[in-house]
Amino acid sequence: MALLEVDDLSVVFTRKGEQPVVAVDGVSFDVDPGQTVGLVGESGCGKSVTALAIMGLLPRRGVRVSGSVRFDGTELLGLPAAAMRDRRGRDLGMVFQDPLSSLNPVVPIGLQITEVLERHRRTPRKKAMVQAGDLLTRVGIPDPRRRLDEYPHQLSGGMRQRALIAMALACRPKLLLADEPTTALDVTIQAQILALLAELVRAGDTDLGDTDLGDTALVMITHDLGVVAGLCDEVNVLYGGRVVERGPRHPLFAAPHHPYTVGLLASVPRLDGPRGQRLSPIRGSVSDNIPWTSGCAFAPRCPNVLGACTSVTPEMEFGPDERLLRCHNPVPAPQEVRA
Amino acid sequence: MLTSSRRQRIDDLAAGGGAPDAGVSLAVSAWRRLRRSPLFLVGAAIIGVFVVMALLAPWLAQHDPALRLLDDQVSRARNEIPPAQPGHPLGGDQQGRDLYSRMLLGSQQTLLVAVLATVIGLGGGLVLGTLAGAIGGWVDSVVMRLVDVMLSIPSLLLAVSVGALFARQTQFTVILAVAIVQIPIFARLLRGSMLAQRASDHVLAARALGVRRRAIVFRHMLPNSLGPVVVQSTLVLAIAIIDAAALSFLGLGAADDSVPEWGQMLGRAQDVIDSHPQLAFWPAGAIITVALGFTLVGESLRDALDPKNRR
Repeated sequence: MALLEVDDLSVVFTRKGEQPVVAVDGVSFDVDPGQTVGLVGESGCGKSVTALAIMGLLPRRGVRVSGSVRFDGTELLGLPAAAMRDRRGRDLGMVFQDPLSSLNPVVPIGLQITEVLERHRRTPRKKAMVQAGDLLTRVGIPDPRRRLDEYPHQLSGGMRQRALIAMALACRPKLLLADEPTTALDVTIQAQILALLAELVRAGDTDLGDTDLGDTALVMITHDLGVVAGLCDEVNVLYGGRVVERGPRHPLFAAPHHPYTVGLLASVPRLDGPRGQRLSPIRGSVSDNIPWTSGCAFAPRCPNVLGACTSVTPEMEFGPDERLLRCHNPVPAPQEVRA
Repeated sequence: MLTSSRRQRIDDLAAGGGAPDAGVSLAVSAWRRLRRSPLFLVGAAIIGVFVVMALLAPWLAQHDPALRLLDDQVSRARNEIPPAQPGHPLGGDQQGRDLYSRMLLGSQQTLLVAVLATVIGLGGGLVLGTLAGAIGGWVDSVVMRLVDVMLSIPSLLLAVSVGALFARQTQFTVILAVAIVQIPIFARLLRGSMLAQRASDHVLAARALGVRRRAIVFRHMLPNSLGPVVVQSTLVLAIAIIDAAALSFLGLGAADDSVPEWGQMLGRAQDVIDSHPQLAFWPAGAIITVALGFTLVGESLRDALDPKNRR
């Protein structure tokens, strides 16, 4: 059974006197224990809101969440606030985009880590501090003893993100949601943090007793296809609040079939291309869409558009290569892959 | 399993105590900037002299401030008030009491008024502001409308009204009147920064870790919201002294003047200000100087705590 089953999740922001905004429009995906799943898409496609909805962190007022989020057999949507609070940090962890603003500026790092352990495991402060030091060592922060007493602004960006990962993993959650965890970091640090995440979620790490990590499922939310290519077992491409293409990493990158995925991959600048080659962006922007109810949201920007695209809503179906697709006119696989 | 050296390191860690230079908090870095600010140094010097004066007043004052030692030199009919003379460097007041001793001991009462009024105003404002900012919803609406009503009344008028509610004015009614005016200002200030904190990333991150609401409010939101309130407190110390003096001047000061207070002394001096301006000059000068001191400290503290000035 899957660890996390998101089924037809919708999030609608409503405001009195204004048109409701549909941020997530029926997203479905599964995450197996220990699996790394990517949610990919450009800004505004509903990646972050999906994560917040899974965590139960959306405000109650002015937000309509529907569908189903089953975690370990329990329906999370509609769970009482206190029960959800008990699960956050213990069963589900989350790492955010900007490590500096995600840390409390007036509390030393050590106390911020022990807070989680005291909260969920009732670990006494002193013992929790030992574990916090161990966790910092585990996430690759040198001289953890000194760092425990330091404030967030004294740490480098990479170290802050490591500390946040330590907090999110302190209680060994079964699932970690990482929302663009490398976007605010230097490129060299990005690679380190990705390597760290990959290492931490890998099963079989029994080196550390109490702070043993591993066997954690990871949902990687990103717009960076490089991140996905390096890390994820399975990839979900989101557009306009729906999954438009899903598949295992290698086949999906080798032969994307949805025009949007093709466009995303084509717009990544390449070092090995010919000099002077123009970048090929996807024309238009996320706001140029039509509601899913009256066709395909990507139709206004799609190079492969057909008549049906603006009138018939495409369903998630198996397309070429047994790929799950939401498209009337998928891009055929490139010749060299077929051969 | 842990290697023994690692265990050792962790045990050391648990024993607490970091490196001596570890942990430069906001407060410490603000203090480093403050020490270089001339405005702060002047203000702090004024306040320092004032506080030392208040503490040492019982020993510095040569006479009992309530004793009418120079009563024989007072003549109401001829409008005579004792001038400066040996043993009485500032002369006497309308009732022949030693002005120098009264000025010294008055600093105690003035300090008391400033501190107590600020503490009460701050306390009330913290409670209301935390309620409104942390709970939100209808609690926020109710508290803030109440605050708006209080803020819509000019502050001195409000203080006078509160002061006049009491049948008999004492030092405490003055403090209360001055403090109540400050409560809505503190409340509004705190609520604003609490709301900003509530929407902040680190509060979201804390919620994502399952931290309880109480801990979120008191460990994550409140400490980060206090900066503007601390600055306001130092400014209110100055405002409280001036407001208390104004109340005394308007006849709502403490009725009993055997315990001297600068605002009250200034209030009593207004009858004879034409002929004996020294009776108004000394308390007024002292009030202005001390208020300036608190204001300078408050302003430089605001600059020092401004994150834009951080380096």
